[in-house]
Amino acid sequence: MRRSFLSTVKSWSQPRNLVIGVPYLWLLAFFAIPFVIVLKISFSWMQPIQPGYAPLIEWVEETRRLVVSFNFDNYQVLIRESLYVDTFLYSAKVAAVSTFWCLLIGYPMAYAIARSKPSTRNLLLMLIILPFWTSFLLRVYAWVGLLKTNGVINNTLLAMGLIDEPLTLLYTDFAVYVGIVYSYLPFMILPLYSNLEKHDLTLLEAAADLGAGPFKAFFKVTLPLSMPGIVAGCLLVFIPAVGEFVIPSLLGRTDQLMIGTVLSAQFFGARNWPVASAVAIGLLLVLLLPILLFQRYQQRELEASRR
Amino acid sequence: MAERVVDRHNEYLRIEGVSKRFGDFVAVDNVSLSIYKGEIFCLLGGSGCGKTTLLRMLAGFETPTSGRILIDGQDMAGIPPYERPVNMMFQSYALFPHMTVTQNVAFGLEQEGVDKHEIRRRVDDMLSIVKLGDFAKRKPHQLSGGQRQRVALARALVKKPKLLLLDEPLGALDKKLREHTQFELINLQEQLGVTFVVVTHDQEEAMTLASRIGVMNKGQIVQVGTPTDIYEFPNSRFVADFIGSVNMFEGKLIEDEPAYVRIGCPELETSVFVSHGISAPPDAQVTVAIRPEKIEMSRTAPASRDENHVTGVVKEIAYMGDLSIYLVRLPSGRLVRVTMPNVERHDERIVWDETVHLSWHPSSPVVLIQ
Repeated sequence: MRRSFLSTVKSWSQPRNLVIGVPYLWLLAFFAIPFVIVLKISFSWMQPIQPGYAPLIEWVEETRRLVVSFNFDNYQVLIRESLYVDTFLYSAKVAAVSTFWCLLIGYPMAYAIARSKPSTRNLLLMLIILPFWTSFLLRVYAWVGLLKTNGVINNTLLAMGLIDEPLTLLYTDFAVYVGIVYSYLPFMILPLYSNLEKHDLTLLEAAADLGAGPFKAFFKVTLPLSMPGIVAGCLLVFIPAVGEFVIPSLLGRTDQLMIGTVLSAQFFGARNWPVASAVAIGLLLVLLLPILLFQRYQQRELEASRR
Repeated sequence: MAERVVDRHNEYLRIEGVSKRFGDFVAVDNVSLSIYKGEIFCLLGGSGCGKTTLLRMLAGFETPTSGRILIDGQDMAGIPPYERPVNMMFQSYALFPHMTVTQNVAFGLEQEGVDKHEIRRRVDDMLSIVKLGDFAKRKPHQLSGGQRQRVALARALVKKPKLLLLDEPLGALDKKLREHTQFELINLQEQLGVTFVVVTHDQEEAMTLASRIGVMNKGQIVQVGTPTDIYEFPNSRFVADFIGSVNMFEGKLIEDEPAYVRIGCPELETSVFVSHGISAPPDAQVTVAIRPEKIEMSRTAPASRDENHVTGVVKEIAYMGDLSIYLVRLPSGRLVRVTMPNVERHDERIVWDETVHLSWHPSSPVVLIQ
């Protein structure tokens, strides 16, 4: 027994295991434990006194019993109340539309960067990443100034005589799309670029040699081969966009909330932590499907590239 | 192999004074060539000699800086690769990794808008010709190097091109597979009657495949001829040295008659007698080239020792199995390379540090002026 214990400790302290252990510890401390706490709260009863929710398992001295009280009501609320279902669907729609536009705008940009001269390539990539140097909040706020009724865009269009009265741009779905596409575009471009940059250009020559013009060669060769980049980019935009909270609160409609806004309102406004936690878990479950699909896809790509 | 007959009346590809410059660098320098229908023409040269650039101009991936390319009488200027009656087999094969073998081979026919059933039939036929029928559903990464090479070949040939361009077709295969594939290629070419233009740096590949070889150096074609021409009658020091191994001796003409020449080489004890005349100015500096297998080596002196004869000491022996390579040091210090076939198993073979006599037939040396 003692020997096996010692050897276990020994195998743990192998440099290799120590290195692998760091990310595991990280995930344990900052994902698994918080997740378990949120999961626990989502099943508890709301309580007006601190900490705001009742414990799941309690030792009651008077009756000398262990009381276990699970509350599934928080989840029933999610399904029962149309507010939550609507917000979930609306968030998914906003995320999907924004992802689509990110792809449409990001693909040509990634393509152009990947096909440019190596010397200019780094400069262009730098320009893509440059906006990250300013605060995200500030950049979204800047859009308020651009989109508002007497903002830069409306004033310019009025001055040019293209419109007679200001357009309603701010606090619309359009403003949210603009905000998300603008903020998340680099997350679409970077994985697409790293895929496109690795393409073997002789494949395009082969396609041309076999009679495919530039457009056909693109749709038959480049596009299918860039699928891993497209999938990665879309998920990197879609997943955070569904739960986006800052952009819809600053630019979005007031009559239709996104799930991130509801979540924050429940946590900080209503201080209903159990329901807020249930919303968070629900969001996670909704996003689990695309995440799992992505992982399966990555696995397949990895296997194919190993051969 | 037996030399194949080339019909010189049926010119298929004509390259007229084609040059290609990249900035200051001249990749292809005023090349003119005629390639005939049904032949396998090899462009042979070292890396950077311009052979690949020339091939890429035929395919349409590069535009000549000057000159014309005509395929079957049609000027190719301004015609993009996807409209040329030419197909190429890429050195890396460039198979589409996301398509199966069938889809790869069908790709070219789909672009032509060939009817679906016709595509199926032609793809199946082609796959059975290259013996890949059982692998039709596989993707390129599930195939071996030799199988990939055959897919690339099938994909190019299924379009029935007027001209098939092959860029180092056997370069990525191991030695055994190369030899086998080499003969397969020739059989296929004869079976289908397609004209091949092959680019290679490998002289063995060129010798076995080609009906004619064009040797390239520094962007220029330095000699065009059958494999035998190129090997036995090289026209320059470069060609003699590039194809096979050769012993070259600097010398001066002593006698210059229409029927024979005699050359004095400072590195050799006796003069070199060559049984044919050459056209060179008197007193010209010439080079005598003798192939290692054309030198006879023995322990006993030959009957005539006045010419075409030297003595030396064996310094190195490399046993290759079928033959052995000997390096013999002459009294002048010069090393001479000699090869001898190992005909008998229990031969009393010549060993290190033995003194030997080297001699050769008067018809063996090649006299080179440039």
